[in-house]
Amino acid sequence: MKALCAREVAMSSGKGPRAHINPYVAGVLLGVVLFAAFMLTGAGLGASGAVSNVQTAVMKVVAQDHVDRTRILAEKGGGERNPLFDPSVFMLLGTFLGGLASGLINRRVRPEVRKGPRISNGTRLILALVGGAIMGYGARISRGCTSGQALSGGAVLSAGSFAFMFAVFAGGYLLAWFVRRLWV
Amino acid sequence: MAPWHISEIAGTIPYYLVFLGLGFAFGFVLELAGFGDSRKLAGQFYLREMTVLKVMFTGIVVAAGLVLLASSVGLLDFDRVFVPPTFLAPGIIGGLIMGVGFIVGGFCPGTSVVAASTLKLDGVMFLLGVVLGIGVFNETFSADSLTQFWYSTSFGRMTLDEVFGIPIGVVFLLLAVMAIVMFYGAELSEAFFGRRVAASEMKYKPSNKFYMAGAGMLVALGLFLTVNGQPSPDEKYMKAALASGVTVDNRDPYVSPAEVVEWLWDTSVYVTVIDIRTESDFNDFNIYGSKRVDIKELESEPFVRQLKALPENSIVFLVSNGERMATDAYRILVGRGVANVYIIEGGINNWLSIYPPASEVAKRLPEIPEDEERLRYVFERSVGSGCYAAHPDGGFVEPPLGGKAEMVNGGRLARPNPLSGVAVPPHEKKVKVKKKAGVSGGCG
Repeated sequence: MKALCAREVAMSSGKGPRAHINPYVAGVLLGVVLFAAFMLTGAGLGASGAVSNVQTAVMKVVAQDHVDRTRILAEKGGGERNPLFDPSVFMLLGTFLGGLASGLINRRVRPEVRKGPRISNGTRLILALVGGAIMGYGARISRGCTSGQALSGGAVLSAGSFAFMFAVFAGGYLLAWFVRRLWV
Repeated sequence: MAPWHISEIAGTIPYYLVFLGLGFAFGFVLELAGFGDSRKLAGQFYLREMTVLKVMFTGIVVAAGLVLLASSVGLLDFDRVFVPPTFLAPGIIGGLIMGVGFIVGGFCPGTSVVAASTLKLDGVMFLLGVVLGIGVFNETFSADSLTQFWYSTSFGRMTLDEVFGIPIGVVFLLLAVMAIVMFYGAELSEAFFGRRVAASEMKYKPSNKFYMAGAGMLVALGLFLTVNGQPSPDEKYMKAALASGVTVDNRDPYVSPAEVVEWLWDTSVYVTVIDIRTESDFNDFNIYGSKRVDIKELESEPFVRQLKALPENSIVFLVSNGERMATDAYRILVGRGVANVYIIEGGINNWLSIYPPASEVAKRLPEIPEDEERLRYVFERSVGSGCYAAHPDGGFVEPPLGGKAEMVNGGRLARPNPLSGVAVPPHEKKVKVKKKAGVSGGCG
């Protein structure tokens, strides 16, 4: 609670991070960006597909033979193919830069660990890694993550995307009570 | 008309800049919304902080509204917009797994990128985890059971209006109303669980004028989309014809049988010949490899979807006995957004006059039948595609020296039919198709 107050004091004095914008305004902006993506490219936004390309690129450096022999990896980076020269990778890079830009403008770029009050930094970092791995695996099973499937698919009213979206929320809410120590 | 053919500039710097720019805007907005903060995201699951729901659903509804509006007024061809194909079981199971990952890790892949960019160390760890998880999937994907499951319960491109059998404008209206109700619930939930306002002291009457105005605009847009509807295939055909300059009136899409034969032998393209004649005519004679389809089936959603799913280096040829029925079918398919559709000039009757069947198989009626859609040949037996005329020789020769007069706009002279000796008329090449084009355009 003390930390939070310090944050707020810092905020009002103009040196700490600025407050986040109204979520509905953010939502409208997000909708406009998504619409622009559909107009320009005929498809929506995404993140997890590109991470798969990055993963392939890493494997390529470590073991080219293995990439050539593994079905999905070979599709992206077999032989001479460069998995990083993919539009999705550029979108991922843009996402990173966009986040950084907004973070700098709003004074939110600072090394910190965001977590619930009852767990240690170490626990939080390990669980972030574990959660990320679960999420990454799930994203490939469902052919897209929250951005590619839920957001982009939802905006073009894809039936599967809505089923997916409800499954994500269901999974989260079902487990939330059992892991409440992590967050509240 | 949008979407603009960005894949045509695939591999160029502007192409990558577009994606970089879209990503930048995406990341900027996510960060603005506070999605770089895992506590804000996880708060969603304890009903204290409904930012995720508010931002995501506003984004979805606004984008959907704009997409449908652009399509409704003819700025965007919705048929050419990528709709993630529905694979129900993998979608739901993957979604449940991701829900678990979300609550344990506090991010989703996109938001963790933004968190990492603002040096949130938990975001960096999460992102590393995502790479790890995706790696595990990529490594284990070849396992039979996983592959089978991954491709199961496939419905292809399926939108909610098809599921419920109602116009897409109505779907949007319902979605907008649902979103507004959810936002109202979210505000109450934040007050109750987040700020601990007692139930008796909460304000149940919405009072924020901006929110009311926003909700009103969404409903108004929904009503407009319901009333205005989406363009009919006929209107879309007219638009497509206007945009591309390819019209039935100018006879642009009519392709001579000789050219069709040439494409049938070309292994770098994927050729589909759709025959819309009656079954008995089809059994009597059909072009090798053609598919017979009733006009009813041709119009059906699953069939159109199948055609649209064809790779970019595909050509669809339509054929009837004459040209009238094939032309009707052409308008329908082009109106529905199928690309690379052509009509076989003069239909089967013309085809058989250029590639005549053996005289013991079929006799040609001396006079042209009154109805051009009647088969002009009487077959002694049904040969189907089991004769030379169904799959004529594809060996074309350049015109002899001094034979320039016979060339039509650089068209080539085909070798005479070796069986009948009937010369194949010179033809102008009309089909334009991307050969071996990258479908998703990504290898650079």
